[in-house]
Amino acid sequence: MDSNPRVCVMGEDVGHYGGSYKVTKGLATKFGDLRVLDTPIAENSFTGMGIGAAMTGLRPVIEGMNMGFLLLAFNQISNNCGMLHYTSGGQFTIPVVIRGPGGVGRQLGAEHSQRLESYFQSIPGLQMVACSTPYNAKGLMKAAIRSENPVVLFEHVLLYNLKERIPDEEYVLCLEEAEMVRPGEHVTILTYSRMRYHVMQAAKTLVNKGYDPEVIDIRSLKPFDLHTIGNSIKKTHRVLIVEECMRTGGIGASLRSAIIDNFWDYLDAPIMCLSSQDVPTPYAGTLEEWTVVQPAQIVTAVEQLCK
Amino acid sequence: MALICNARSRAARLLPQALSALPVIGRPNAPKSQASLGNEPGRRLASARAGESVSPLSDECSNQVLDFPGGKLMFSPDMRFLSGSTGERVSCYRVLDDNGHRISDNSFQELSEKVAVKMYRDMITLQVMDTIFYEAQRQGRISFYLTSTGEEAINIASAAALSNEDVIFPQYREPGVLLWRGFTLQEFANQCFGNKSDYGKGRQMPIHYGSSKYNYFTVSSPIATQLPQAVGAAYSLKMDKKNACAVTYFGDGGTSEGDFHAALNFAAVMEAPVIFFCRNNGWAISTPTSEQFRSDGVVTRGQAYGIRSIRVDGNDALAVYSAVHMAREMAVFEARPILIEALTYRVGHHSTSDDSTKYRLVDEIEHWRSSRDPISRYRWWLERNGWWCDDAESELRSSVRKELLQAIQVAEREQKPALGELFSDVYDIIPSNLREQEQFLRHTVKKHPGDYPHNVPA
Repeated sequence: MDSNPRVCVMGEDVGHYGGSYKVTKGLATKFGDLRVLDTPIAENSFTGMGIGAAMTGLRPVIEGMNMGFLLLAFNQISNNCGMLHYTSGGQFTIPVVIRGPGGVGRQLGAEHSQRLESYFQSIPGLQMVACSTPYNAKGLMKAAIRSENPVVLFEHVLLYNLKERIPDEEYVLCLEEAEMVRPGEHVTILTYSRMRYHVMQAAKTLVNKGYDPEVIDIRSLKPFDLHTIGNSIKKTHRVLIVEECMRTGGIGASLRSAIIDNFWDYLDAPIMCLSSQDVPTPYAGTLEEWTVVQPAQIVTAVEQLCK
Repeated sequence: MALICNARSRAARLLPQALSALPVIGRPNAPKSQASLGNEPGRRLASARAGESVSPLSDECSNQVLDFPGGKLMFSPDMRFLSGSTGERVSCYRVLDDNGHRISDNSFQELSEKVAVKMYRDMITLQVMDTIFYEAQRQGRISFYLTSTGEEAINIASAAALSNEDVIFPQYREPGVLLWRGFTLQEFANQCFGNKSDYGKGRQMPIHYGSSKYNYFTVSSPIATQLPQAVGAAYSLKMDKKNACAVTYFGDGGTSEGDFHAALNFAAVMEAPVIFFCRNNGWAISTPTSEQFRSDGVVTRGQAYGIRSIRVDGNDALAVYSAVHMAREMAVFEARPILIEALTYRVGHHSTSDDSTKYRLVDEIEHWRSSRDPISRYRWWLERNGWWCDDAESELRSSVRKELLQAIQVAEREQKPALGELFSDVYDIIPSNLREQEQFLRHTVKKHPGDYPHNVPA
């Protein structure tokens, strides 16, 4: 927002309240009420507003207070955001960033525990990325704002408190690139967002048991970084996908399909995918824990894969 | 800043005139900027300011006044429900009577002969264009069409009152706005035929025109989605302090969408320079307005959102012109939204996929087509001014018809967009997965040429 006066923020309570997870804290005081705009509660409409503003030259960052609420904005996101560049014959661009906290939190209830990446992944014209660390959150956000395409940036409700040392110098990450978290030889574990941490926890246990897992945070959910993923599979020949999406129609389902299409010959075993069950996320803490993939399951899956 | 200062005094001059002509609307909402109240912040408008009370008693008996978030107000010991309807309907502004005579003593925005004649010429062009393209669809030459028959005055007169910098967010029954700005008949035909020269590159259905050159945003089929987009554009214009506003068109049916509500609400809160132009033509496909809403049309809703609104006779070109002209001044110079409800009638069917005689009386349609025709009414006024005659009429109609038939022939013969255009513009740069899909398609077409159209360039 400092370097480009066209960048603006819009969403519910993003201004003086600083956002539901304080992502926009302090921005309204610094940039004013117009550039950090508090919108009334109408997701489809303020997303539409962001699209109109983008077509007229601004670069809005639209916040869904919780990603789940953007289900209300599906019409604008699918029919207009994803489409207007194409249907206008390239005359109008929509350089918006749509972002917000999503994923399963701690007892937030089913409606606030949605994984929208499953629903949005089919929309042509959209790009999707998921951040997982302070470093990649900043880099991906900057890249998303600079992109001429509409980008959906998935943040996770439980990752906002992470602290990390990041460079003072300006850096921008590549939207389409996956991140090599831990190189290894035995098995490729593909994951993103919060599950990265469960995978790394499992990795510690796996290393103690003598395994050498390669962990890749795919980051780019649409399109997949098949280059990085492919190189890994060509090396290890075994794939485990760990996701928070539900079993049916999630990112894991699409990723599995893409791997089979492209790297079938390199696989020594069927692709394993650990996902949440096809149930709404329950409120009770114990039930909720059972719907999210836990490190112990990941360890078991790797052991099975490497038998 | 200088621009805004001059504008305030201009608004101050025009405002009392505009407001006093609309007694039924009631007191306008107090805008945050005091200056827009003009030189007369007298008692009549003072009570509209937030935080101030009307009653002179309030100082003595402060317990007569209630204080809640939103401002002070009087309480009442009588339980009185506000009526759902105002009893008397909001009156409708018109300049010309049904025979094209000036209704004396009323205010309207004067036009030069040049503009007045261009307006008429474009209304005729629109009418002829609609007739011929509709016939072309019936002949199977294009797949779909939708006419603006009966709404030519709305299309052309509103466009004439705007500047070319004002950004337009149409629904789909407003090609006249594009026509006014300079879109040629050939360009219209190209889009309908979806050929190589179509600016939309063949990706949208006929009548889904779009032109960045003329600030006319590509038509998108879902109803009312363009309303919040227009508010966003107005927000952008306001941030850039441009001398322009956003204008969005929609029908009576579109006002039932959630986006209508939120767009008007946002625009009012944000004080966005946007004109909401409702073409209340009585029908949303087969749904008459009596089944669409129970309010007194659309104009009354503006007040509910705190938006200055007006109802105009949509078949009176001069009334539409004047209202839009004034609305634009208010929107741009006072940074406020305006709602215009233009009453009209959809003479044609909803589209070529509809036969409206199935749900409405043929007599009703004929009545509006002939005795309430906006074009004839305007022509009489024009002729009386000595600015038009029968010869000019027949010459215009035949030349437009000829030009259109020619344009259709050219458009029909023109090549379709190349195969590559199926994959371009989904993103700014074609990503690898789409490139792969394109290769696969090219390969398939090459292998089975008999199964694919042969007139598509590679």
